[in-house]
Amino acid sequence: MAVLLPTTIDETLAALAATPAALVLAGGTDVMVDVNEGRRRPEHVVCLRRVETLRARSVENGTLVLGAATTYTELLEPEIAAVAPAITDAARTVGSPQIRNAGTIGGNLATASPAGDTLPVLLALGASVEIDGPAGRRRIALQDFLVGPKRSALEPGDLMIAVRIPIRRGPQEYLKVGTRNAMVIAVASLALVVDLDARTVGIGLGSVGPTAFLAAAAAEWLTPRLVWADDRVSLPQAADAATFAGLVAAAAQPIDDHRSTARYRTHAIEVMASRALRRAVQFGAPHRAAT
Amino acid sequence: MNAYPLRVNGVEHDVVDAWDGENLLYVLRERLGLPAAKAACEQGECGSCSVMVDGRLVCACLVLASSAIDADIVTPEGIQPSAHGELTPVQDAFVSEGAVQCGFCTPGLVMAVHDLLNREPAPSDLAVREALSGNLCRCTGYGRVLAAVNRAAHAAAAAR
Ligand SMILES: Cc1cc2nc3c(=O)[nH]c(=O)nc-3n(C[C@H](O)[C@H](O)[C@H](O)COP(=O)(O)OP(=O)(O)OC[C@H]3O[C@@H](n4cnc5c(N)ncnc54)[C@H](O)[C@@H]3O)c2cc1C
Ligand code: FES
Ligand code: FES
Repeated sequence: MAVLLPTTIDETLAALAATPAALVLAGGTDVMVDVNEGRRRPEHVVCLRRVETLRARSVENGTLVLGAATTYTELLEPEIAAVAPAITDAARTVGSPQIRNAGTIGGNLATASPAGDTLPVLLALGASVEIDGPAGRRRIALQDFLVGPKRSALEPGDLMIAVRIPIRRGPQEYLKVGTRNAMVIAVASLALVVDLDARTVGIGLGSVGPTAFLAAAAAEWLTPRLVWADDRVSLPQAADAATFAGLVAAAAQPIDDHRSTARYRTHAIEVMASRALRRAVQFGAPHRAAT
Repeated sequence: MNAYPLRVNGVEHDVVDAWDGENLLYVLRERLGLPAAKAACEQGECGSCSVMVDGRLVCACLVLASSAIDADIVTPEGIQPSAHGELTPVQDAFVSEGAVQCGFCTPGLVMAVHDLLNREPAPSDLAVREALSGNLCRCTGYGRVLAAVNRAAHAAAAAR
């Protein structure tokens, strides 16, 4: 095994171009489990630890840009919570402090597990992924990046540079069901993001399909039933909430596995959909906005 | 197979004739003779291997050792006072509160508590629980561990 420790993005890309089969190593919290268990024995490793610019975080014209090697602990920073609170909420549920100090957002997306905690949130926010590599620099919408179970659109030699997240004004929720409050892979998870300016709702689901995905039909059904004001959104017919939750649950395609049954997962999604909606949206006739 | 340097507790070591895929926990214990970080799950679940790498508390079992050259690595040996038998205030609190039974989890917990109290000298109960959520203990039931953290925090506050 040869381990390279580049210090810039250009050096990293050059190293990957020279050995496209090399494994990119970020926090190692997915990779090293496989290496320790002998499931992976890479010939070449390109380690991102010294590439400071891959941990840069900035806001550009209404977009939060997170370097791919941003750790979960860094996602807990108040600057990020202020513009994308659901990301912070999701990051806080990941693993333990030790895992959050090492694990990165880029690693979570590249692993593309249907249970990855940032995935439903980033889908609901309408995030895209910035990639550089042999095919050049490009941006891919996250739903197109997640091509299958544990499969992403990354090609050999590719490096994820950043995740680009539209900043949305309005309530955001991330809910996760598991057996503990810490150190738990989601049995089912749901993110709901309201955009008061665009007047849209995004709903991302985790652990109930081969990939994390958007419950687009449920969101489309809900949107015209909402009444929008500048600072809030309401659902005049409270009974619509149950129909909405049923539609979200109908979008789930869960399986039975060692963590849960499909039936429980569908139930959990329905409960979380109605809970997230109740937190984000005012039920009943809209209050007149104060003038 | 080659050699690479590692800086552990301020001391430069050369790791020779090692496979580059070894994790830091293995290298510390089996190659550098530093056995305080404990090996149990080797998949990041139990925290018994907790060490500091560049000021961050991480599981040594998930660090590729050969990628940690030029990093500052601190193991439980590194926070130990040099005088024989002397304890850190956190270790002392663990002993006083009976938070050590078989002791296997203790080095990892002590690292996590040091990290917590360095960041947050007077943590809330919830912050303590969250900070220790990555450290498993099969013996104590955690009650005495939480009491030890409290004691250490109060002792530090009284000393200030
Ligand atoms: C004990 C434990 C608990 C966990 N708990 C959770 C949890 O609660 N929720 C959750 O979602 N996950 C959890 N995980 C999984 C893991 O921590 C996350 O998926 C994490 O985000 C992986 O990031 P990393 O930086 O450690 O990735 P690595 O292990 O370094 O890499 C993972 C994959 O991503 C690729 N990669 C990483 N960065 C890039 C890049 N910039 N460009 C191209 N490819 C890249 C690597 O080549 C590799 O294929 C847990 C893991 C452990 C060991
Ligand atoms: S041995 Fe590293 S976390 Fe268990
Ligand atoms: S004292 Fe035995 S595992 Fe904690």
